[in-house]
Amino acid sequence: MTRLLQRLLGRLPVGWLQLTHSRGRLAAAIAGVAFANVLVLVQLGLAGALNGTIVRGYALFDADIMISAGDGNTMTDGSNVPRALLWRALADPEVADGVALYVGTVTWSRESGDTALQTFGIDPVATAFVRPVLAPILPTLAVADRAAIDRTTRRLEPEVVQDLSEAAPLRFETEGRALSVTSAFTGGVGFTADGYLLLSDQTFLALFARRSSGAPNHILLRTVPGADPAVVAARLKARLGPDLRVRTMAAAIAADQRYQGTQRPTGIIFNFGVIIGVLVGLVIVYQVLSTDVADHLREYATFKALGYPSGYFIGVILEEALILASLGFVPGFLIASGLYLALHAATALPLEMTLATAVAVLLGTMVACALAGILATRRLAAADPAELF
Amino acid sequence: MQADPPIRVTGLNHWFGSGEARKQAIFDVSLEVDRGSLTILMGPSGSGKTTVLTLMGRLRDVQDGSVCLLGEELNGAGATAQVALRRRLGFIFQAHNLHDSLTARQNVLMGLEVHGRGDKDGYQRAADHVLGLVGLGERLDYLPGNLSGGQKQRVAVARALVGNPEIVFADEPTAALDKASGRTVVEMLKALGRERGTTTVMVTHDSRILDLADAIITLEEGQITRREESS
Ligand SMILES: Nc1ncnc2c1ncn2[C@@H]1O[C@H](COP(=O)(O)OP(=O)(O)OP(=O)(O)O)[C@@H](O)[C@H]1O
Ligand SMILES: [Mg+2]
Repeated sequence: MTRLLQRLLGRLPVGWLQLTHSRGRLAAAIAGVAFANVLVLVQLGLAGALNGTIVRGYALFDADIMISAGDGNTMTDGSNVPRALLWRALADPEVADGVALYVGTVTWSRESGDTALQTFGIDPVATAFVRPVLAPILPTLAVADRAAIDRTTRRLEPEVVQDLSEAAPLRFETEGRALSVTSAFTGGVGFTADGYLLLSDQTFLALFARRSSGAPNHILLRTVPGADPAVVAARLKARLGPDLRVRTMAAAIAADQRYQGTQRPTGIIFNFGVIIGVLVGLVIVYQVLSTDVADHLREYATFKALGYPSGYFIGVILEEALILASLGFVPGFLIASGLYLALHAATALPLEMTLATAVAVLLGTMVACALAGILATRRLAAADPAELF
Repeated sequence: MQADPPIRVTGLNHWFGSGEARKQAIFDVSLEVDRGSLTILMGPSGSGKTTVLTLMGRLRDVQDGSVCLLGEELNGAGATAQVALRRRLGFIFQAHNLHDSLTARQNVLMGLEVHGRGDKDGYQRAADHVLGLVGLGERLDYLPGNLSGGQKQRVAVARALVGNPEIVFADEPTAALDKASGRTVVEMLKALGRERGTTTVMVTHDSRILDLADAIITLEEGQITRREESS
């Protein structure tokens, strides 16, 4: 290691030698950096899971453009939109087809507790507007009070939904009506709901007595082949009213993620957690490096007398900072990966350690450590060779 | 140029502190040191020996008077010139000031690397050679913690000399050593100095080594009171 660093730096790796000389301090510093890395990685993982679960709701559908109310920040938030907009949108030559989408939450009371199902109601003939795997299921929901359930719903035992059929449905009561769940699909749990439930628009409206067919939550549109959805969306927005959100699906997803990541408490807490992690790392590395500088003032003063310029010492401290960053990242990464697995097992949230996250956190750790190192160099001024005699 | 002495001090005055507490420590000191000689600065405690040495060694700013070192006037010289000039000098301190985390060889290498990214193997050979000259050829990879006081000070001598400095400044290099090892250190300094033409200025209280000096300058209360040349 010493040799490798010596070749890399073109000089004696004084920082490395200094760090490894006091093993206890080195271990504490590595533990500190690792801890900060775990904090940051877990928070980022949760934030990533949040983004992932947001996509899942949209991914059940297959549309080019989504019309929502001006306050429709997410799929479930916001006012309703008049269904009449659908007819007006269809008047556009580049809009091929459209459908109204109704969104609500159904509570399924089980002995083991309540399960919150994010529920979508959609015209059962609109098979072109759902994900291909849902297309064969959708028409079967035309019968009243039929439903399809997300098989990844939290706390849902696999055997319960294994052999669902019209002959052997899963029945449960909610809002005073008995639903027959005849099929299952793979959706994905989220932060606000435990799973998804798919209904026909008629069953939805029967279940949610206060909702009217004239006021869906969103309107989904498909454009004609060759049309640019972004252009069509902009044109529709101009025609239908500036208060509405008329966006491509991708734009709607991105805006939803942005909103939930920065405006909702969960998202804010994750961001805050990242900041706390960075601060913890900064403080620990600063402590270690500035103590190290203070302990070596005599040596540094001697090196100054030998003719080393102050830039040399900054180099040594940065060397230490980058070594701490790299050595701390490895255990931090491993521990965080383990926590990802554990959290995924416990919550079924889609926590994923991506290469991009790992690399970004490693680079961020290096920048933070370097920053702490630069702060620690302020103490260098105290190394005065005239005081050595 | 060759005729110029490596060190020429003229009318040097120095003060410490400011305002009411301002106190003059050095009074009108003038001296010259010959190339390749060993000059010893003596005097009672507090007489200003260290102050004069640090002023000559460019570790302290010259306030009044002139210090001409290797042909350069230090009074008013800039910081960049200061660092460049220091590399032509060697320092040996009372405490050895070795870096605890570096081996004997690495400590000596620090005296070479300051001259830039030179030939690594050449540096290593030079460091090993000088450590051999001070009798530590067997202890190249020892950390200072595993060396005796005399051995550590010899590493410090090796570090000061390895870069072939033109002038070596030493402040009581033998103070922490017993008689035999103290004398050994000074003899090595003198021998290496003679071999390489290095000029050495040394502060010492140690009267047992005065016979090794080419010139002895005595300071009292910040003034030179005696000069002796041995021939
Ligand atoms: N940094 C300083 N601040 C204030 N006064 C100082 C400082 N350094 C030295 N002095 C004063 O200057 C005078 C000369 O000190 P100096 O250290 O040069 O003496 P010295 O001959 O080296 O003594 P010693 O043999 O004890 O090392 C002393 O009166 C001392 O108190
Ligand atoms: Mg002194």
